[in-house]
Amino acid sequence: MAGASVTPTPLLKDELDIVIPTIRNLDFLEMWRPFFQPYHLIIVQDGDPSKTINVPEGFDYELYNRDDINRILGPKASCISFKDSACRCFGYMVSKKKYIYTIDDDCFVAKDPSGKDINALEQHIKNLLCPSTPHFFNTLYDPYREGADFVRGYPFSMREGAATAVSHGLWLNIPDYDAPTQLVKPRERNTRYVDAVMTIPKGTLFPMCGMNLAFDRELIGPAMYFGLMGDGQPIGRYDDMWAGWCIKVICDHLGLGVKTGLPYIWHSKASNPFVNLKKEYKGIYWQEEIIPFFQSATLPKDCTSVQQCYLELSKQVKEKLSAIDPYFTKLADAMVTWIEAWDELNPKPSISNGPGK
Amino acid sequence: MRTDPPSLLSLAIDSALLHISSYSDLSFLPEHILEDLFLRTLRAGKLNEKILKLFIATGKEEILSLIGAFNIQCVLTPVLPTISVRDDEVDIVIAAIEPDLTSFLEEWRAVFSRFHLIIIKDPDIKGELKIPGGFNYDTYTKADIQQIIGPSNAATFSGYSCRYFGYLLSKKKYIISIDDDCIPAKDTKGIQVDAIAQHINNLLTPATPFFFNTLYDPFCKGADFVRGYPFSLRNGVSCALSCGLWLNLADLDAPTQALKPELRNTRYVDAVLTVPARAMMPMSGINIAFDRELVGPALLPSFKLAKEGKFRWETVEDVWTGMCVKVVCDHLGYGVKTGLPYVWRKERGNAIESLKKEWEGVKLMEEVVPFFQSMKLTPAAKTAEDCVIEIAAAVKEQLGRIDPVFTRAADSMVEWVQLWKTVKTRT
Repeated sequence: MAGASVTPTPLLKDELDIVIPTIRNLDFLEMWRPFFQPYHLIIVQDGDPSKTINVPEGFDYELYNRDDINRILGPKASCISFKDSACRCFGYMVSKKKYIYTIDDDCFVAKDPSGKDINALEQHIKNLLCPSTPHFFNTLYDPYREGADFVRGYPFSMREGAATAVSHGLWLNIPDYDAPTQLVKPRERNTRYVDAVMTIPKGTLFPMCGMNLAFDRELIGPAMYFGLMGDGQPIGRYDDMWAGWCIKVICDHLGLGVKTGLPYIWHSKASNPFVNLKKEYKGIYWQEEIIPFFQSATLPKDCTSVQQCYLELSKQVKEKLSAIDPYFTKLADAMVTWIEAWDELNPKPSISNGPGK
Repeated sequence: MRTDPPSLLSLAIDSALLHISSYSDLSFLPEHILEDLFLRTLRAGKLNEKILKLFIATGKEEILSLIGAFNIQCVLTPVLPTISVRDDEVDIVIAAIEPDLTSFLEEWRAVFSRFHLIIIKDPDIKGELKIPGGFNYDTYTKADIQQIIGPSNAATFSGYSCRYFGYLLSKKKYIISIDDDCIPAKDTKGIQVDAIAQHINNLLTPATPFFFNTLYDPFCKGADFVRGYPFSLRNGVSCALSCGLWLNLADLDAPTQALKPELRNTRYVDAVLTVPARAMMPMSGINIAFDRELVGPALLPSFKLAKEGKFRWETVEDVWTGMCVKVVCDHLGYGVKTGLPYVWRKERGNAIESLKKEWEGVKLMEEVVPFFQSMKLTPAAKTAEDCVIEIAAAVKEQLGRIDPVFTRAADSMVEWVQLWKTVKTRT
């Protein structure tokens, strides 16, 4: 059984959409061309809709600006953020594919320690196609990778693992720090290539970064709402964090896995820490209460679909977090609007993922 | 080659070298003796920054010119300047499963020779222990074990479990234990890994069990907490256990290794991470370190398979105790880290032979893991000893009827806590 040849990773070019939020241009796609060209792109143009975004030749894409979003969603468009990359989740909603890969327009191809270009998309696909191990930690990290396996003591009954819903990639060069850390360490660069993929254990929350993220839309899509950020909202730069906390609670409930680690991309642009501080300021205080909320959130057994779980969460958000700030009432309502819009644009019977735990 | 026996002076200098970490002043020594001591210190690989400073502080011309001639320089700013552990706070506990430790200790000399070693000889093996010179150590054999804790208890300490006797007797804060078939590994740049320094670093920097940091250890140079990590959790908690990994022969179970006889671990994952609270993991006793003051009593030899053998594939005592320690840490608010350092594990034994002998361990894990995953301790358990007693009671109640190994384990755990308390009060 121990074969030396490795089965090549399927391209999945007709099953995966690449969602890119942008406000400036898409020049970065040139560097990604060898890896991205086979795939369909969904470009969500934030900011001024009258501006034309230039997409490099040869890519197959659909592009939505604010006018399109308003036209397609009507009054429900209120749940999609404006002037914040959180608007990317509109792309998830409008996609018809099984898998989504989302990447920021300041992220480039990184090199592994041998100097070879990293095909981030291929690694994400590998991560999504093979199981996760959320129930028991494997000290050799991903046991399904070549050259690794389950360690002594790992029960055989748990070795089938769970379906992987999310693959969270990392970044070399500019690390994803919050504003205070950026101010204190403006020169710090992430140069450490950690050659591992691992499953985040069940019951553990993590800070999910949307810069280099892939997920199975059929397993967890409706929970990938990136919240209300940007224009007219009291916070920014917490869109992916919010989605990350929601998806983790739901994945834990439905028995799905979330992986983190490889692949790395090269993050080239350090955003202005003072601007970031203004955006994050309230979030930094609020997260002290939000995190315990998510850590103790439980979902009832009869929530068996992602939508049901998400709506239940929105109820709990309204009930327990509104005391922090009226923003959370608005957010809870937006979460409901999002699900309504999702179901409208994706008219299939709601996906049941089996009995909740 | 010497034909004359060493002089009394030479023996005295050797003895001083063994205990050099405990000196605070060397200026009283006559110059020629000081020089000799300095050169022997160099040769023994024991010249660290603290000891170098001791020699410099004597102000003696000859020493200073020797230092200049060898171009010995003080270490530049340490990576984490707040980290410092005294050599006399550490014990390295070695279980001698084979009596000849010469090659093992020679490989580790540069890293081990600063510290005190506790070497326990597996009571089941025959033959004299062979230990090369230049180490500061104490050995314990079957006779010592029987004398200190009584003949009836000695069976607990056979095979790999003999090391627990070392944990019992040690008076130090930090214990590091490495299997005797492991040698230092090399990192991705080809530099030899100082496993001891890495373990100490892991134990002395905080752990972060309450929220996962996607950049792994935030206290590592070049890393930090990422965006979205709550500030109130950034102090972390004390790290009580550090679990290292293995290159070459990974710690796989017998069925896996038998199925993939060519599988060798060649992937050096450059990370230390905290195992999140309430997440269980299988601890491998091959390469660990722990804070004896925080969790000492929870590292116990109680889970002995009926046909436990002399290869790691034929034991699960460490997996059991690792889960006890994790439950204790989760309850008392300590952290457990995993990842670096790596050691290089040499080929030993035959997985298929082990598989023919021993299936029990693999089967029992099916019961063991869910048990520990649901184990809850009461608020009354305030120390590691209290926690172990509660776990033992739960083991007896919930697992006792499944297999006698569990009842034996529960009883042994209670006896162990007793033994721990007795030895503590005696010394």
